[in-house]
Amino acid sequence: MIVYLLRRILYAIPILIGVNLITFALFFVVNTPDDMARMHLGMKRVSADAIGKWKMEHGYDKPLIYNDTAVGSGQLTDTIFYEKSARMFALDFGVSDDGRDIWNEIKVRAGPSLAIAVPVFVIGLLVNVTFALLMVFFRATYLDFWGVVLCVMLMSISGLFYIILGQFLVAKLWHWVPISGFSTGIDALRFLLLPVLVSIGAGIGSGARWYRTIFLEEIGKDYVRTARAKGLSEWRVLFRHVLQNGMIPILTGAVVVLPLLFMGSLITESFFGIPGLGSYTIDAIQSQDFAIVRAMVFIGSALYIVGLLLTDISYTLADPRVRLQ
Amino acid sequence: MMFKPVMLWTDVLIFVLLAVILMFTVYVRRHAHLRAPWRGVMRSPTGLASAMVLAVFVVVGLLDSIHYRPALPLQPGQSVQYGVEVLSVLDSLLSDLRTHTEKTYSAPLATHLYAKETTILADGRAIRIYPRLKYGGAQLADPRLGWAADIRMRVALGSVKGLVLAGVLLLLPLLWRTLRLRVALAQARQQLAARALPWRALVFILMVLAVSGCVMLELAAGYHVFGTDKVGQDVLFSTLKSIRTGLVIGTLTTLVMLPFALLLGIMAGYFRGWVDDAIQYLYTTLNSIPGVLLIAAAVLIMQIYIEAHPDVFDTAAARTDFRLLFLCLILGVTSWTGLCRLLRGETLKLRELEYIQAATAFGVSDWRIITRHILPNLQHLVLISVVMDFSGLVLAEAVLSYVGVGVDPAMHSWGNMINSARLEMAREPVVWWQLSAAFVFMFALVLAANLFADSVRDAFDPRGKRA
Repeated sequence: MIVYLLRRILYAIPILIGVNLITFALFFVVNTPDDMARMHLGMKRVSADAIGKWKMEHGYDKPLIYNDTAVGSGQLTDTIFYEKSARMFALDFGVSDDGRDIWNEIKVRAGPSLAIAVPVFVIGLLVNVTFALLMVFFRATYLDFWGVVLCVMLMSISGLFYIILGQFLVAKLWHWVPISGFSTGIDALRFLLLPVLVSIGAGIGSGARWYRTIFLEEIGKDYVRTARAKGLSEWRVLFRHVLQNGMIPILTGAVVVLPLLFMGSLITESFFGIPGLGSYTIDAIQSQDFAIVRAMVFIGSALYIVGLLLTDISYTLADPRVRLQ
Repeated sequence: MMFKPVMLWTDVLIFVLLAVILMFTVYVRRHAHLRAPWRGVMRSPTGLASAMVLAVFVVVGLLDSIHYRPALPLQPGQSVQYGVEVLSVLDSLLSDLRTHTEKTYSAPLATHLYAKETTILADGRAIRIYPRLKYGGAQLADPRLGWAADIRMRVALGSVKGLVLAGVLLLLPLLWRTLRLRVALAQARQQLAARALPWRALVFILMVLAVSGCVMLELAAGYHVFGTDKVGQDVLFSTLKSIRTGLVIGTLTTLVMLPFALLLGIMAGYFRGWVDDAIQYLYTTLNSIPGVLLIAAAVLIMQIYIEAHPDVFDTAAARTDFRLLFLCLILGVTSWTGLCRLLRGETLKLRELEYIQAATAFGVSDWRIITRHILPNLQHLVLISVVMDFSGLVLAEAVLSYVGVGVDPAMHSWGNMINSARLEMAREPVVWWQLSAAFVFMFALVLAANLFADSVRDAFDPRGKRA
């Protein structure tokens, strides 16, 4: 097991390096620091001095990969690649355009993001599984048919509509909760209720439908027939046997998104004004703060790789037939 | 020349795609084993109904993809000059809707503006009233009396027209058989009925489409069916224009990613070894970058490129079109990995089968084995994933436009409409019509696409048939 884990972790390193190289190419080679400076200072008629000054302030005034003016190891380390890209492996993301340390900001903002993402994940999973099981229980009846139709309709609606309508009805028309904002402690519940509900509602359609096909696949298997032949009630078959075995693909499938919960949701957070990582990213994109976008790309990929790792582990834990090679 | 044809990049690709689809259709029609599943799609009520709805959207999108620049009024002693504005055939068909702009917001079917304005009366007094619209209900002498009757009249007239249109469309194949093939009317009816098409669904959806279309046209002749937006543009017009954007994103992205996915997926599965390792590494790496962020980064960079090279784009339409194309490209780059992994797995399975081993033993070249034996057996997977991806891409456009990395803000798109609706919902009284229009059309397209994808999957995937 430990050898297997080590191998998987070693396999993750080249992927992270690949991500790093891609982001470096995107942000510095395709789009040179001069372009960036011009963009920030306004496009038209920027003097070379102003560009040079901006580049120096933001630490972009070095050669890209190889510095032939420096001596010794400085030839490699005194470059943009080392300063801006390679240092990310040590969680040093530099400062954003407004002068704040990005890593600090990330640590502070992960909390609110998790406060939304974790309830959405847990409650959403429960709700979806419940709906799926109900549809399976009433399979081949009108209830099942209309359940599927409802699911397809729900998943055909853009997530933006759920948020806009939710805010409009619940917050603006009925004044049940504040439209947006965030606070700490128990008071945060008021602000979290609506975004959590809306996110769960937006996910029901695709989630329940997908789980339904998983359960239906499970229900056609031999052990279910055996259980029925033993005279177990349909209810027992469904909840003891089908649910337990169906949860294996569902849970292992869900593991990959676990680490990504840290990243928060871009759209939900920015609509509801929650100071999490999602809204941080959106603000960075809109104000074209490349340092933050770069950092988030790196962190997102790292978390995704952790998710893949966890998936592999959970497979081996959940299903003893999977052998470690 | 009255106009100068303009081929935007996306237009070219759309027509390439259309040609590919037509060729594929001809190919399918010639092979019985390929025809069978498609017949299955057309015989399921939802499959046929959703295909009809999609067809309407596609026709609108295609009309909107033939662009030209109209000639300016001829000055004496000058050669013909063309306007800088690029129009499409749809624009000219709906030129009334396009040019009938009001001052600002007005509610659907309204006769008065949304906001009060100061008007000077004949006796010199200034009062604040809701002014009449320039075009909406302009034919009414007194809106308070004639409005409801006029609306009722138009709805009735539109319904009748729609029913007649649906009837004609249904009778056309019957007439064609009697007149061209010289079959007796009764016999022709029997022949058609024997086709086992879901007639009830067909009649129903045809009537719904024809009636709603005709009623809308009838109303649009005198009113703004979905109201007007902030700058007074007819909302129905912008939703119709948004159809092309949605379709382009949903289809061209696939066109872009398909060669990557096919080539790399088959190579990885077929050659195995280090080729497989390299390709797996490539798609795991690309896949691990959060999609939205990769798109955002790429679009930010493209913006810089556009602003640094203004000379490449001669019209505003060319610039927005380039941005749309680029968005398709980058969406394609981020979305080919899923299909690639699927194809790799299937190829791994296929290459172990006896008939391919036999082909190898006979010394058939790799290229021939791939094109003759493996590719045709992957076809259903590709098809299913293409139709399944479509609706997701249409929805993604809206989200990306909201984040600010979608299509050009000047372009008609549902994402941009929803984006502006966000502020409108905070107004008092609420401006709800732009959001509703985007919702109705987007919902219709995505729902039809989802249902169509489901019936395609049911017809092609032997495993999923029972579920």
